[in-house]
Amino acid sequence: MKQGSLIAALIQRVRGVLRRERPPVVTELVRAAIPFDPDMVHDLDLAPNDPLLVLLQSSHNVIDLANLRLDSPMAARLRAEGTRLIVPLLSQGELVGMLSLGSRRSEQDYASDDKTLLANLATQAAPALRVAQLVNQQRAEARERERIAQELKVARLIQQTLLPREVPALRGWTITPYYEPAREVGGDFYDFISLPNGHLGLVIADVTDKGVPAALVMATTRSVLRAAATRLESPAAVLARVNDMLVPDIPANMFVTCFYAVLDPSGGRLRYANAGHDVAYWRTAGGELRELRARGMPLGLMEGMIYEEYEARLRPGDHVLLYSDGLVEAHNAQREMFSFERLATFVSASEQGGQALVDSLLAELARFTGARWTQEDDITLVAVRYERLELPLDDAGWEHVAEFSITSAPDNERLAMEQVAEAVADLGLPALRLERLKTAVAEATMNAMEHGNAYRADRPTRINIRRNASTLSVRIFDYGAGPDQAAETPDLEAKLAGLQTPRGWGLHLIQHMVDDVRVNQEGEQHVVELIVRL
Amino acid sequence: MPTPQPFEANVRRQPRAAIIELRGEINASAEAGLSMAYTKAEQDDPELILLNFEHVEYMNSTGIALVVGLLAKARKGKRRIAACGLSTHYREIFEITRLADYMPVFGDETAALTDNAAG
Repeated sequence: MKQGSLIAALIQRVRGVLRRERPPVVTELVRAAIPFDPDMVHDLDLAPNDPLLVLLQSSHNVIDLANLRLDSPMAARLRAEGTRLIVPLLSQGELVGMLSLGSRRSEQDYASDDKTLLANLATQAAPALRVAQLVNQQRAEARERERIAQELKVARLIQQTLLPREVPALRGWTITPYYEPAREVGGDFYDFISLPNGHLGLVIADVTDKGVPAALVMATTRSVLRAAATRLESPAAVLARVNDMLVPDIPANMFVTCFYAVLDPSGGRLRYANAGHDVAYWRTAGGELRELRARGMPLGLMEGMIYEEYEARLRPGDHVLLYSDGLVEAHNAQREMFSFERLATFVSASEQGGQALVDSLLAELARFTGARWTQEDDITLVAVRYERLELPLDDAGWEHVAEFSITSAPDNERLAMEQVAEAVADLGLPALRLERLKTAVAEATMNAMEHGNAYRADRPTRINIRRNASTLSVRIFDYGAGPDQAAETPDLEAKLAGLQTPRGWGLHLIQHMVDDVRVNQEGEQHVVELIVRL
Repeated sequence: MPTPQPFEANVRRQPRAAIIELRGEINASAEAGLSMAYTKAEQDDPELILLNFEHVEYMNSTGIALVVGLLAKARKGKRRIAACGLSTHYREIFEITRLADYMPVFGDETAALTDNAAG
């Protein structure tokens, strides 16, 4: 029987027992609301420290308020409202309600038979009322579960709609995203933004909170970020703009952490800024692990924030990992966290990067958390890998472009760079890439003429240019033993402090101007090969 | 190949700044001329020494080393030094070498002088 019908029946029964017209009032002590005549059923706000509560919980008898000597605010209120008798409804020792009766119409006192009958009635009705209450409560809980499930479905839909459908295809690069929402759906997202000059915006972000509110803030942040990224070049300026746009509208206590980087795929330049997101890792081809650190407050907290901006110069074989805190904060059965240290060690040991890194990292996480793990938060990864160039091992795969020699004499590097530029004019290299190649040729030729050939007129510097479908190779030959392998990396701060010579920039510039540099020995000749992707 | 332009460095004075206008190629042969221009620019104790690269056609790693030398001299003398007029390519080289971290880089003279007047 439904709870409302049960109470109606109970009231009819009380009327029948007492043969009185004025109905009693049933007061429920449980909070679950019931659809019933509000004049008859009240929620009773009975304070936990009201002594009447203790009395009701311990008494199986009808309580006559006229004879009650108890310093109880509720008893005083009931008395003032005209209540004469109260009957506790106890089920298995638990107080589930209370019958409250006013004066009899005849103005006669309640007889002891009446009280006995009421007590018996209460004893029978209370368990049925309790069952009805539990059924009601379960229905309410089921409705709540359904509402939450529906909300999660909506949040998941919003997130999945906004995540990129395609991974950008960049020549020489592999980009591998991974996204796995937690059951409750957090506010993680990632994005790829196509920018002018072939540059690519890389976004990874985490909105505080979960469910639909987080998904809505995520949608807003993504739109604002896309708009700012196409108007502003600097990642720091983009984050500052997004922050100022979010602050007025973001709900209280919510904010967004975000790492934003702009990749120039042609030269491996990665400029980045960070709004309070976990630091990204950069593993060089040589096995060194570096952190892409930049300071900045999360988005949406305060207007007028300034963000630091730095840049990394990636080389072929390098890879970068962006990730969300769901990874490093994942717990195992012993409540230990996966942790930054574990992640850093793992990335440092991973030569592969890209899909291989993502797959092995997830396998490592699964080993750490164990099979019975419930994912606590969204996990998002974006792995970026600068692919190594695969060149033909012999001359069979190459097409000859040009070959010439220049006299090894000071300033003749200008001659070399102009002749190379002329020889590759038909390849249609973008202007900036051509300028970079010219600088690399000039610096490599200077080294060859000065160090390899000692500016000797009988030792010309030979330059050979060849290409295949994807690569341009410029080889510069000299008679030397090659550069000093122990040459120190130029450090401007050390140079300004007088700890290094102001010179020594040549090799450093060459490495940053082309996609790869290879040093070989061919017979008696030392060869520096400059590689440019076409 | 275009005829190489010899290096030139002319110093122009503004109320609060000395501008070293660079021309031609900055390589090993520019060392003496650049050093003399800097010494001249320092006279009258300007607030700012501005290197204008607008008419520079070529700069190699030796030229970069000369600019590093000027920067070191300016820092030693606690003098402000900035650059302007760099092409996109040489601006990138200033970033790669981190010169841009120690020497503010402006689009042109007006931007640099306006910044100096404001600061």
